[in-house]
Amino acid sequence: MEQRGSPATAPGAARSRRWTRWVPWAVALLTTGAVVATAPAANSGAGSTAQDVLGGEQLRIMAPAAPGGGWDQTSREMQGALRELVGRSEVYNVAGAGGTIGLSQFVRFGDDPTQLMTTGLIMVGAVKANGSEQSLADTTPLVRLTTDYQAIVVPADSPLRSTADLIEAMRADLPAVSIAGGSAGGVEQILAGLLAKAVGADPAKVSYVAHSGGGEALTTLLSGRSAIGISGVSEIQPQIEAGTVRALAVSSPDRLPTVPDVPTLIEGGLDVELENWRGVAAPKGITDEEEQALEGLLVDMTRTPEWREALERRGWGDATLAGPEFEEFVRSEQERVSQVLDEIGLG
Amino acid sequence: MDQFGLLLDGFAGALTPGHLLWALVGVTIGTAVGVLPGIGPALTVALLLPITFRLDPASALILFAGIYYGGMYGGSTTSILLNTPGESASMISALEGNKMARAGRAAAALATAALGSFVAGTIGTVALTFVAPVLSDFATSFGPPEYVALMAVAFVTVSALLGPSLLKGGASLLVGLTIGLIGIDSQTGQPRLVFGIDSLLDGIDVVIVVVALFALSEAFGHLLTGTGHSTIEPLRERAILSKKDFKRSWPSWLRGTALGFPIGSLPAGGAEVPTFLSYSLEKRLTKHPEEFGKGAIEGVAGPEAANNAAAAGVLVPLLTIGLPTSATAAVILTAFQSYGLQPGPQLFSESGPLVWTLIASLYIGNVMLLVLNLPLVRLWAKLLTIPSYAIYAGVLVFATLGAYAAGGTTVDLLILCALGLLGLLMREAGIPVAPAIVGLILGPIAEEQLRRALTLSEGDPSILLSGSITIVLWAVVVLAVLTPLGRAWWRRSRRAKATVTPGSGR
Repeated sequence: MEQRGSPATAPGAARSRRWTRWVPWAVALLTTGAVVATAPAANSGAGSTAQDVLGGEQLRIMAPAAPGGGWDQTSREMQGALRELVGRSEVYNVAGAGGTIGLSQFVRFGDDPTQLMTTGLIMVGAVKANGSEQSLADTTPLVRLTTDYQAIVVPADSPLRSTADLIEAMRADLPAVSIAGGSAGGVEQILAGLLAKAVGADPAKVSYVAHSGGGEALTTLLSGRSAIGISGVSEIQPQIEAGTVRALAVSSPDRLPTVPDVPTLIEGGLDVELENWRGVAAPKGITDEEEQALEGLLVDMTRTPEWREALERRGWGDATLAGPEFEEFVRSEQERVSQVLDEIGLG
Repeated sequence: MDQFGLLLDGFAGALTPGHLLWALVGVTIGTAVGVLPGIGPALTVALLLPITFRLDPASALILFAGIYYGGMYGGSTTSILLNTPGESASMISALEGNKMARAGRAAAALATAALGSFVAGTIGTVALTFVAPVLSDFATSFGPPEYVALMAVAFVTVSALLGPSLLKGGASLLVGLTIGLIGIDSQTGQPRLVFGIDSLLDGIDVVIVVVALFALSEAFGHLLTGTGHSTIEPLRERAILSKKDFKRSWPSWLRGTALGFPIGSLPAGGAEVPTFLSYSLEKRLTKHPEEFGKGAIEGVAGPEAANNAAAAGVLVPLLTIGLPTSATAAVILTAFQSYGLQPGPQLFSESGPLVWTLIASLYIGNVMLLVLNLPLVRLWAKLLTIPSYAIYAGVLVFATLGAYAAGGTTVDLLILCALGLLGLLMREAGIPVAPAIVGLILGPIAEEQLRRALTLSEGDPSILLSGSITIVLWAVVVLAVLTPLGRAWWRRSRRAKATVTPGSGR
């Protein structure tokens, strides 16, 4: 290449360079200014102890599942509701294996009180089914937040019309009543095992067809290949309303306001209750004061209008439970789940 | 037509300067994340969700639609230029597209990909507008036995991807099937081939395998042999897409769309399977079989169209029955719900105007992507004039960045490197890497669906042949196996005839 032209153009180029040199700086300055100006003013009285605990750091919430799932939704709704209390917080996803991959990373945080993880029944089941080395005992469970009950549904043209029909069919030929639901060891399979047990059959003989999500399970049900399907009520509610599936029963203790026409399993004569609860845990090593402050913060969060609105919008039940009662609840759930999974043969 | 009027209302809603700006922002972000392997539209939309709560629903949905379609576009660019697929559905485009780029036809490859995506995206959106309800009935009639048959079709047609040596192609396929086994077994929850490593419990992300086998192995190969200087002619032709290329491309676009949209609308269909099928189909139908493997434009046009049509297809079950069938769709569903839209049977009746605005914005996003990408084709192609040591350094940065973004642990980087070395070994041994990806994607679906089917039938294999769809699909399998044999016989007898009457042969 010839360099002939460059000396002649040098002064002009230098001048224009001097001018353009400031452009990136100006952009950076403007952007920073915009971000600072639009950031909501953090802290306002409430939850001051939680702020002492955080010491000016951001809360980091791990959603131990892929974007879009229940834990992801819970974490992101928390992020919104916590904004008024502690300013910005960060949500990140560690997907996979019913939350056990996230759990195995979370236990390494030691005593860092700024780290939280959403958890729930599915993780309890996955820990057992996958033979994971860590369990919720390696964390500090803080609060239970929400609950979602399960619905037992059949295709619109199914001969099964009630829980009584279902009991009869399961007693007559258990393997023929194939059940489509979510991941192996998840809430749906636990309920399938509990159903078999309640009708006096061997839970290990259930024909349970696992799917990666409720949506996929629904297609197997709609294709007419499986006899019944089990799904979260909030997830399947639109299909029930549209009449593409018929709900035989829900797994709640009382009828649910969202689907008032659907009887409970108990009404139908099966003494089975199961809720897919979700809650929050902190690392194992935090101090008692830190634990109380974080619990206080999360209980305050459940009273914010943002959180109430999120419960309404998602169709989640409010199941706030904190402190020793929640830890006791987690222990009893671990026992119950691990017994059922052993009986199914997944333990 | 009633729907047409509603669609026009939708356009009226979407065609405001503000909305157009959001569409532009969306397609730009989408193209950028599509280019980066590992960072997909799902993650991007999830990250943007909290920010967009302050937007009005229409703007937010338009933004997401732009990101979604843009992601599908962006993936093909790096596939073609750098042999580094931005997402797994663009893998097939790398096979022929990168060969074309090396032969100085990068612009033509990029142009046929962009135009094919546009054509497929538009036809897909039209189909979404008018036949979504019909198609959703078809999609929900697919149970496990139907998927088993569909996977059988995919496996028999995949021979087109195996390369010249059946043994080497088969070996590669087995490598992929083995990698696909890693992780927790979906039916029993038991870990397989994880060797006590937590990060392997969820299996290895397809994107990491694709990037490692394609890009990393190539970069490593250059370390061993390369001089560090590019031998690639960036642009040989003046026109972006010559008349001849266009003539060869458009039937492939249409065939790709015809495969992509229905399979994409199947809940477990995905965007990858139709690209495999499209590539096989193009290879069989082409008038230039000698070009396949050396840069045949049909091999880019078909799969690229298939992958974008599938992206539109995925929206069918999402909108009509509220079924999210991919990670991105699940996140979009979350977005819908946060605006009080409940996708499902009553979506169109309950929140009609917003849905039609969304569909209109899909059209707009498509046009915008074409406007954004076509003039840039020459600029992109110029990338190839960068010396190859710089290109491969860039590829390594993107690959590791993407792998880290997808998994978030250092283990992912080690897996990436290990697979890159495996890819290098395969390359040195002349084993094609594409069949490994095919095995990795098809294997787990086939296994899972087969086991589901057999659980449903309590072990009775006759369930695999029950239902009319399965029978049709198995008939396709038989045809696919028999036609090459039949054609060989026909050609032989024809050649025999040609020797009798010279001049009547081709």
